Amino acid sequence: MAPDEFLSLKRTPLCGLHEKAGARMVEFGGWLMPLQYEGILAEHTATRSKVTVFDTCHMGRIFVEGEGALDFLSRTMTQELRTLRDGRCRYGFLLKEDGGILDDLIVYRFNSRRFLVVVNAGTKDKDLAWLRVHQIPDVEIEDATAALAKLDLQGPRSCDLLAGLGAPQLRDLPFFGFSESVVAGLRALVSRTGYTGEDGFEIYTDSGEAAGLWERLISSGARPAGLGCRDTLRLEAGLPLYGHELSEDITPVEAGMERYASKSEDFTGRRAVMARAASGPTVRLKGLRFLGRQSARSGNPVLFGGRTVGRVASGSFAPSLGFSVATAFIEAGTAKALRSVKIDTGRTMLDAEAADPPFYRRERKREQS
Amino acid sequence: MNAPKGLRYTSEHEWIRAEGSSAVVGISDFAQTKLGDITYIEPGKSGRQVKKGDCVASVESVKAVSDVYAPVSGRISAVNARLSGEPELVNRAPYGDGWICRLDGIDAAALETLMDEEKYMAFLAREQG
Repeated sequence: MAPDEFLSLKRTPLCGLHEKAGARMVEFGGWLMPLQYEGILAEHTATRSKVTVFDTCHMGRIFVEGEGALDFLSRTMTQELRTLRDGRCRYGFLLKEDGGILDDLIVYRFNSRRFLVVVNAGTKDKDLAWLRVHQIPDVEIEDATAALAKLDLQGPRSCDLLAGLGAPQLRDLPFFGFSESVVAGLRALVSRTGYTGEDGFEIYTDSGEAAGLWERLISSGARPAGLGCRDTLRLEAGLPLYGHELSEDITPVEAGMERYASKSEDFTGRRAVMARAASGPTVRLKGLRFLGRQSARSGNPVLFGGRTVGRVASGSFAPSLGFSVATAFIEAGTAKALRSVKIDTGRTMLDAEAADPPFYRRERKREQS
Repeated sequence: MNAPKGLRYTSEHEWIRAEGSSAVVGISDFAQTKLGDITYIEPGKSGRQVKKGDCVASVESVKAVSDVYAPVSGRISAVNARLSGEPELVNRAPYGDGWICRLDGIDAAALETLMDEEKYMAFLAREQG
């Protein structure tokens, strides 16, 4: 990367701490982010067995407020927001008129006049511009990405760790619920959400407090984890990554996610999604399990019955499983019948079996009543 | 970043240790750090004759695949069988249990043209500077 390109990368409030901790830094979505500290495999395993903390300040955080906010978001986002309770958040998409996915995102409903929309890092500017172009009266849109920091605390010991930092009540926060809390003496917004398939929380705090909170979480036993294991964790858990499983060239139907875009109220792209679902998409997203540790990468052709039937969207070794997994867009006519395939990595041909995600499911302990 | 004395190094970050007319080959500590966690090693074919610069193995990490090249010409007489089940040995012990292959019938003089550890450390300093 050219020096001026490097200097122009955005930095989170924690960038200095990552470099001090010896993190390997990489560019992602226009930001300088930690790829790994101790190592991807160690951080992945620590997330599944103990607790880790991710700097996710690079993601976009947009407040949408005002008397018109509920109408505005209801008409532009695919998820049902009118019946969403205050203090709950919901996953969905921002679509174009033709049904193409501009972004996947989570909308937090404080009340009918105050919402927080959390979007991806690389798409934030595009999303913000789109919202402003389509803005209606009595709606204020505020980009809070710089002012509000976000840390993801993930792993089976997340609740215990937060209890130790003065927030034991967060154990009872429902999945996709959020509340304002005090963690380690700092005011924070905490949601029971994440991108790893483990129990965990996303913690929002004033940017000025982020470094202090990070250090308290680390000294309480959370291991720092970077983007490298964030990708292996989410792939195992069957979660999509914008730019791979989701893009402007496809609708939620191709990605197998039309259930997140199926409310009966009209929203931008609804007609296109329904039409695509009715006529059938030309490709469908499928999961693949490899027979060994070697992995395929994005773009590799998938062969079935002696011919190319699709391309890999994401591929990686899956540390929790001991073999590699992938997602691939397969021509719709073949997708259902897909069984044993070969993937051409360019260096070698790999064998894989069709296997729908999630590839990994955490054990859910039954609550004793 | 360590590079033991007594080994020779290439600009592609392989090391080679002579043992008479045969030699052991692996990748340096710098290389394994740069690759990150190694998840798979594709070994070269035992018995195969290789020229200096030919690929003797492929190393796959979570993020990338990288080739290992023969530092000198020779015949692959052994590949490290432990690596198929424990590829992380290359990260943990790149100069010891993480060795990659053995070459027979090498020209000892060819080794002298490679960098010793002092020159390799200087080469690394220039690469990273």
